[in-house]
Amino acid sequence: MSDKIPVTVLTGYLGAGKTTLLNRILSENHGKRYAVIVNEFGEIGIDNDIVVGADEEVFEMNNGCICCTVRGDLIRIVEGLMRRKGKFDAIIVETTGLADPAPVAQTFFVDQDVQDRARLDAVVTVADAKWLSARLKDAPEAKNQIAFADVILLNKTDLVTPAELEAVKGRIRAINPYARLIPTQKCNVPLSDVLDRHAFDLERILEIEPAFLEDGGHDHHHDHGHDHDHDNHHGGLKHFHDEEMQSVAIRHDGDVDPDKFMPWINDLVQQRGPDILRSKGILAFKNEPKRFVYQGVHMILDGDLQRDWRTDEKRVSKIVFIGRNLDEKELREGFLACAA
Amino acid sequence: MTAASFETLTQHVVDLPVEDFVAHAAFLGKTPVLALADGRMRIGDVADFRVVQAHDGSILVATADATRLVTGGDDGKVQSIDAKGTVTALADEKGRWIDAVAVGGSGSTAWTVGKRVSARDGRGQVKSLDLASSSRGVCFAPKGYRVAATHVDGATLWFPATAAQPERLEWKGSHLDIAWSADGRFVVSSMQENQLHGWQLPAKAHMRMSGYPAKTRSLSWSGDGNWLATSGAEAAIIWPFSGSGPTGKAPRECGVRPKRVSRVAFHPKALVLAIGYEDGWVLLVRLTDAAELMVRRGSGGPISALCWDSTGQRLLFGTEDGQAGLLTLPGA
Repeated sequence: MSDKIPVTVLTGYLGAGKTTLLNRILSENHGKRYAVIVNEFGEIGIDNDIVVGADEEVFEMNNGCICCTVRGDLIRIVEGLMRRKGKFDAIIVETTGLADPAPVAQTFFVDQDVQDRARLDAVVTVADAKWLSARLKDAPEAKNQIAFADVILLNKTDLVTPAELEAVKGRIRAINPYARLIPTQKCNVPLSDVLDRHAFDLERILEIEPAFLEDGGHDHHHDHGHDHDHDNHHGGLKHFHDEEMQSVAIRHDGDVDPDKFMPWINDLVQQRGPDILRSKGILAFKNEPKRFVYQGVHMILDGDLQRDWRTDEKRVSKIVFIGRNLDEKELREGFLACAA
Repeated sequence: MTAASFETLTQHVVDLPVEDFVAHAAFLGKTPVLALADGRMRIGDVADFRVVQAHDGSILVATADATRLVTGGDDGKVQSIDAKGTVTALADEKGRWIDAVAVGGSGSTAWTVGKRVSARDGRGQVKSLDLASSSRGVCFAPKGYRVAATHVDGATLWFPATAAQPERLEWKGSHLDIAWSADGRFVVSSMQENQLHGWQLPAKAHMRMSGYPAKTRSLSWSGDGNWLATSGAEAAIIWPFSGSGPTGKAPRECGVRPKRVSRVAFHPKALVLAIGYEDGWVLLVRLTDAAELMVRRGSGGPISALCWDSTGQRLLFGTEDGQAGLLTLPGA
């Protein structure tokens, strides 16, 4: 596990500042060597790093799962890079502005050879504070990238007024309240905020609470007065509602029956997989001393039993979805019917 | 199964010191050659050898016939190396990764870069064809100047020297490596979905060979052409290709161990298969009675290269973590 190469996926709409972030990562004096997979050889490339051209070739797995698309070129490139094992420390995949992050992420769950050698660390989306609101209206790709992200760099905040900044943050939170949202200028963030996040590591999925509750150090600080908002994923921010893309969080204060839950969640992602971009859950299974943790990308689910529930910890089962046209009532009723 | 139950040939193996991922093993005439992932070639046996730098970067793919080893690198070059260590440049794709290489008769060579497959005849004339999508496998027909290349949803058969329309072999999914039987009747590809697909020519009748827990990345025809050995399971899976092919027949499973087979290489003359495993073991298995002989009790990385010399007296192998060995059969 520990010797798997971490892979950071860098997405963002055209002009948002992906190349700026990439250059920051490559030029900062951190002593790490990167293999960077880019779509166009451009203004990057530092002596000690490996730069590989990719062609973003997406194909459908022939496994009856219609949204199970993977990046064929990534499979090939990761295999080739492993011959240079020891000559780089991490991989960064830069996607084009119009790319859907899902096939990239799914490649790391579907291809066994890739999974044996590399681990998806996080999807980092760079967004333009001035133009994101407009893009969310006219560009479905921009919305996918926000919905999919583990970390969102809201860049170019110097080009908007404080009110505009709050508005765009509200729009982001309406789609994805779980990502870490970092307002910035010229992608000037500590690299530890974007690299080595372990966002897809089941052992690190400790809590699934909306991220703005922990954004304090980077964001404006929310005081305890907002605690009552815990289960309201719009939090203390100005209320926005995205007609198409939302998140749904459902909590059950007790155990669920795995014999009911597993068939339900499997059927759900089979049927609604194309609309469910990401999902996560921490569950207390009946008669099971350990926490069950899972995550999903469209139809692909990855779950395992983790550490024991602590004696001072309440056995609570909670799941979240980010997706398109989610039927909150149906999801809630379905999940609560799995209660033990 | 205990190690003690194996007859062993381990005392007939000598170690060859290399320090990098062994990308390919070959005998050029009588000379053992190891292509290393760091772009170097180690040419020669234990004591008498030379090292030649063939690429400014990694060797990604390699193949060989009796006289030349052809490599494709992440420097975009396709190079040919002979037993003396002479490197001949066959192609320069301007830094684009070479995804597959093949050698054919009369000094011909083929390679793929992204969607493009190129063929170079023995006189140096290069022809190229754009495929439907990127290719990860290319091979020559056993006779004639004809190339097969894999891609998503099938493979394409192409006569580089003629204007004839390339022929498509269709099957949904992503196809990886490809092999053409010695009698020309079968084309077999390995797939992303842990299975093989075959087409019987000229009718293009389909053959599905499935049940693998992992991808098959090593294919080897028996000397008589009747069997195809494959990696990707916890045994070498060997499909019968005499008569009408494997349809409706069960494959043979040889060298069953609790570790995956990473490379296979049929003896050129006898029905004996060399099997390399992901834990570095190498066994010889005789198909006729399933007798097993231990060549290497592994340590370290997976066997990544495995080949016989043309007489079947010596076996050369290498691992991902930079170990290599040469077996000389007793009495050879």
